[in-house]
Amino acid sequence: MHPPQIETMLDLAESYVLLNRQGKTQRDLLRGRTLINLFFEDSTRTRTSFELAGKRLGADVINMSVASSSVNKGETLLDTAATLNAMNCDLLVVRHGQSGAPNLLAQKVDAAVINAGDGTHEHPTQALLDALTIRRRKGRLEGLTVAICGDVQHSRVARSNIHLLCAMGSRVRVVGPPTLIPNQAARLGVEVFHDMKTGLQGADVVMMLRLQRERMSGAGSLVPSPREYFRFWGLDAEKLAWAKDDAIVMHPGPMNRGVEIDSAVADDPVRSVIKEQVEMGVAVRMAVLDILSRATRND
Amino acid sequence: MTDTLIQNARLIDPASGLDQVGALLVRDGRIADLGPALGRPDGAVVVDAGGAVLCPGLVDMRAELGEPGGEFRETIAAAAQAAAAGGITTLAVLPNTDPPIDDAALVRLLRARGEETGSLAILPYAAISKGCRGEELAELGLLREAGAVAFTDGTRAIASARLMRLALAYAGQWGARVVQHPEEPSLAGSGCATQGELATRLGLPAIPPAAEALMVWRDIRLVRMTGGAVHFGHVSTAEALDLIRAAKADGLDVTCDTAPPYFDLNETAIGDFRTYAKLSPPLRAESDRLAVAAALADGTIDAIASDHQPRDADDKRLPFAQAAPGGTGLATLLAVTLAQVHNGSLPLVKALGLLTVAPARLLGAEAGTLARGSPADLCLFDLERSWRVEAGALPGKAQNTPFDGRALEGRVLGTWKAGRRVFG
Repeated sequence: MHPPQIETMLDLAESYVLLNRQGKTQRDLLRGRTLINLFFEDSTRTRTSFELAGKRLGADVINMSVASSSVNKGETLLDTAATLNAMNCDLLVVRHGQSGAPNLLAQKVDAAVINAGDGTHEHPTQALLDALTIRRRKGRLEGLTVAICGDVQHSRVARSNIHLLCAMGSRVRVVGPPTLIPNQAARLGVEVFHDMKTGLQGADVVMMLRLQRERMSGAGSLVPSPREYFRFWGLDAEKLAWAKDDAIVMHPGPMNRGVEIDSAVADDPVRSVIKEQVEMGVAVRMAVLDILSRATRND
Repeated sequence: MTDTLIQNARLIDPASGLDQVGALLVRDGRIADLGPALGRPDGAVVVDAGGAVLCPGLVDMRAELGEPGGEFRETIAAAAQAAAAGGITTLAVLPNTDPPIDDAALVRLLRARGEETGSLAILPYAAISKGCRGEELAELGLLREAGAVAFTDGTRAIASARLMRLALAYAGQWGARVVQHPEEPSLAGSGCATQGELATRLGLPAIPPAAEALMVWRDIRLVRMTGGAVHFGHVSTAEALDLIRAAKADGLDVTCDTAPPYFDLNETAIGDFRTYAKLSPPLRAESDRLAVAAALADGTIDAIASDHQPRDADDKRLPFAQAAPGGTGLATLLAVTLAQVHNGSLPLVKALGLLTVAPARLLGAEAGTLARGSPADLCLFDLERSWRVEAGALPGKAQNTPFDGRALEGRVLGTWKAGRRVFG
């Protein structure tokens, strides 16, 4: 997406924030449209967020999760695509553990496919909701210094945020232990830091990432232990003090309290915007559904 | 503490290249002054060195201790005795003890145990992997904060390339080197002598010298990939040294040490199944020994370490293949190194540099120099005095020296730790 498209999307989402807060709905907009939430990976907030967004716009929403789908019975991804296509669905929201799976589906179905997170590739609506949250708090995206901290290597949230924020003219940094920063990260247009103190210096936004348990223990671990990780890369009040005085704290959820973020910071009513991110999530997804269904709505 | 004035000494400080006859004044545990002629402060204790060499206390960057877990082999107190007799005032110790040094509290314990000796600073290496098992990274950050000088799994090679990659990347964050025992374990197997005619004649399972070169090549490649810093301990083969030499020329952060047996002895020392000469890596062919000596002279080898490994009689009084590898080295480190000076292979100042300032720099330790203001860790030795190494008569506890019977020139006369005389 280009900056003007992103701005348009965020403006539209902004209007949905107001509607949501006033308790008003737009039930006519997607009346008669079908939205399928196709989740091959567990998710609570993203699936619920899309479900709410679809329902507030009047769509018929169906949730399919891998546990109840025929994927467990041996059906391939493309078989699933063909089946859903035959059902004439309009919007397909896909979460998959493999990078690129939504692209494959999009080639095979007529519905508009929305990537709700694929492997360690992208999570575009998360980046949009993060951008909306930042823009509301800081009034702009351009020129802000955003530090994305933690397991960048395995984070689709980080990748999508890097693309979006760089496009909007933010200065993006990634901060994390050398074992969790991907190869050639600087080529994505970011500055790489391994030390939180220098990485957070002068940051307007501190975006923490989730560290999966399996990265901290066992044969495949990439950092020695949760306590060491928290000691050097976990965001607590001491480390947050290295950022700007008015820096905001973000986290895509779900949080590992005491690992990548300290509860005192996560629950700080002034600095933490983590709950606001969730609220923005619904509005942004309404905007995305709205725009993507326009082509088939003829209005 | 009263001042100490050491007069009539040949002062050698490899850190600055100083080599001149003069005096050195110790005050409050530090080197207050040194020069060709110093006045005697009131009440100072005067030591007449009689023209002997006074150099910084030796920094030994590789030793195994019996504590914790192997006190029957050697306690820290006994090792400190042997170290003082050998002129060593700073000792870096390997973490493959029982329990392994993979927890910050154990690093602090070892540091404190060193201080308790009053004569020997102990610089602990910490484990790279939990339990030195070679599987998961240990808490390198917390270990470093507690005072670990570098990371290694000790006498166990880091076999997994994945773990080595992580360790190099992660340890770099803490400015510490990863120290490797350079031996590809799957190739070394249960071998106990270097591959060649002698091992064949003795009917001993052999370790190909290539086992060392393979690991060195792999780790240099991983340094290139991660930007980390690796140090190879007790390098013993010509082939591995060639690889290290080339890596240095490429500007990679690759360093190494060797131990006296590898430039003073060759495989024939195992002669009639002498288990005291069973070492890891094994004593090599004469061509490798010559290559090690040459690499000391040309700077490829950064430091000489004792590679001290205490063993008791029960570890060694076994059929050769079943005996434990390892030799003591604290008391003989200086004299065996001086053999390279006496045979013309190494200049004296350079040889002492390999035993003092060079390892101190690799470990980031405040030691190994006679600069004014530095701790008064000193070693006074007679360059010419000859003596014979005798297993059973060595200072300390462990007696398993591979140099048993070797006649050497160069005897430590006195050792000072932080200004206090601890030997002689």
